[in-house]
Amino acid sequence: MNALVSFIILGILLFIPWLGVGVLGWESLFGIVIPYVCFLVFVIGLIYRIVCWAKSPVSYKIPTTCGQQKSLPWIRRSLRDRLESPFTTWEVVLRMFLEIVFFRSLFRNLRADLQGKRLIYGSAKWLWLGAILFHWSFFIILLRHIRLFTNPVPEIIQGLDYLDSFIQSFGVPPVYITDILILAGLTFLLLRRFIDSKVSYLSYGSDFFPLFLILAIVITGVLMRYSLKVDLYAVKQLTLGLATFNPVIPEGAKIGTIFYIHLFLVSTLAAYFPFSKLVHMVGVFFSPTRNMANNNRAVRHVNPWEYPVKHYTYYEYQEKFKDKMIEAGIPIDEEVQPEEEHEWYSLYIIESKLPPKIKS
Amino acid sequence: MYNAEKVIPFIIVLIVFFTIPMWLNFGRLEAIPQPELPKKEKKCIESKEYMRAYHMKLLDNWRKKAIRENQHVYVASDGKTHTISLQRTCMKCHTNKEKFCDKCHDFVITHPDCWDCHIAPEVAKKWQ
Repeated sequence: MNALVSFIILGILLFIPWLGVGVLGWESLFGIVIPYVCFLVFVIGLIYRIVCWAKSPVSYKIPTTCGQQKSLPWIRRSLRDRLESPFTTWEVVLRMFLEIVFFRSLFRNLRADLQGKRLIYGSAKWLWLGAILFHWSFFIILLRHIRLFTNPVPEIIQGLDYLDSFIQSFGVPPVYITDILILAGLTFLLLRRFIDSKVSYLSYGSDFFPLFLILAIVITGVLMRYSLKVDLYAVKQLTLGLATFNPVIPEGAKIGTIFYIHLFLVSTLAAYFPFSKLVHMVGVFFSPTRNMANNNRAVRHVNPWEYPVKHYTYYEYQEKFKDKMIEAGIPIDEEVQPEEEHEWYSLYIIESKLPPKIKS
Repeated sequence: MYNAEKVIPFIIVLIVFFTIPMWLNFGRLEAIPQPELPKKEKKCIESKEYMRAYHMKLLDNWRKKAIRENQHVYVASDGKTHTISLQRTCMKCHTNKEKFCDKCHDFVITHPDCWDCHIAPEVAKKWQ
């Protein structure tokens, strides 16, 4: 059901540019206006999400660890422990780097299965493999697309493009290795949601939709390269125009509708990105369970929420309810001092860090 | 905002990353090269649109036919026949690789393997 709704939405998204460009001929809307607007939404949306995250206080130091933390000097810590339970900032940076680049935590993925009546846990690397194939291919494909947005194209991008297409055995134009790998990765990630009943049960429309969308982008791109060819020279005139803020719809050369479908889906992805699960691209940097050092015993973490609580001193309390207290026969403490402060009142005041003002 | 000293540089890096093409073009943007079209002949073997998008498919097909199937005649969609040969048919009109082929190929970055076996006329001339 979730998958069906996502698929229908994708169908509508495919239909819009087909109608807009293929039938109505609104090239400049789909080639210039929508990409610009969507890119703007993408950038502003990302900044918005980042600022929201940065505004949320991290109340506790909560790194997830699975290694020996730094403790007494005679307790040995291997490199693995340093990564799994980082103590210094550099260890955190290395841990984050390996997480972002090689998905280490996914590599530890386990699956639970019932064998008869026994629950068995085993290593499950397939998710890691599918994820890394998809993410790395997507990243390389993104970098490769720089060739359409720059003139002259930097050597390094030319080299990347050359390496990616070095297999020349399957006709012209040569296949990109990343095209095959991303299709393999995406197919696995999608089938996993359909076939594995446990994952299927957990899958929402917002899990299927990005997969469908990216798959559709890849398929339109692949089709455009290998079978439904478009005039690449004209395409680059358009894309280069976008990148240099001098957008033109190339005259005299008609770019196929498939290009506009591809571009529209990419624009949709960009606009959808900051407000979906895909924003984990940025969110991973803001995970307190990953980006904090496990040094609770050495470095004190101050909860930004904690501020000096306004409270009544006994003196103020007594002043307020004096009449009622006398009425009820509760004895009045005449010696209580007006300036009296409890010890915990000032417990959290740290000189360098002033507490936030309390909104009234 | 907490950790502004880290978050703000992060945002800047992110924006710079997603606007990379702009920075790469900055100060070194070149004009879009125009391939030199033959002056005598007005029409290619197929329509202009088809040739622009599909010429590599056509040439790939020609290679298969000529080398693997020993067929040397191509019947175009308008019924005219052409000899299947890059150097004797295509380059009869498009005489210069550098001024025609390379213009677009270098512009959009493609790596055609035609010249692994063929020799461009201008290169051949140098050797003669």
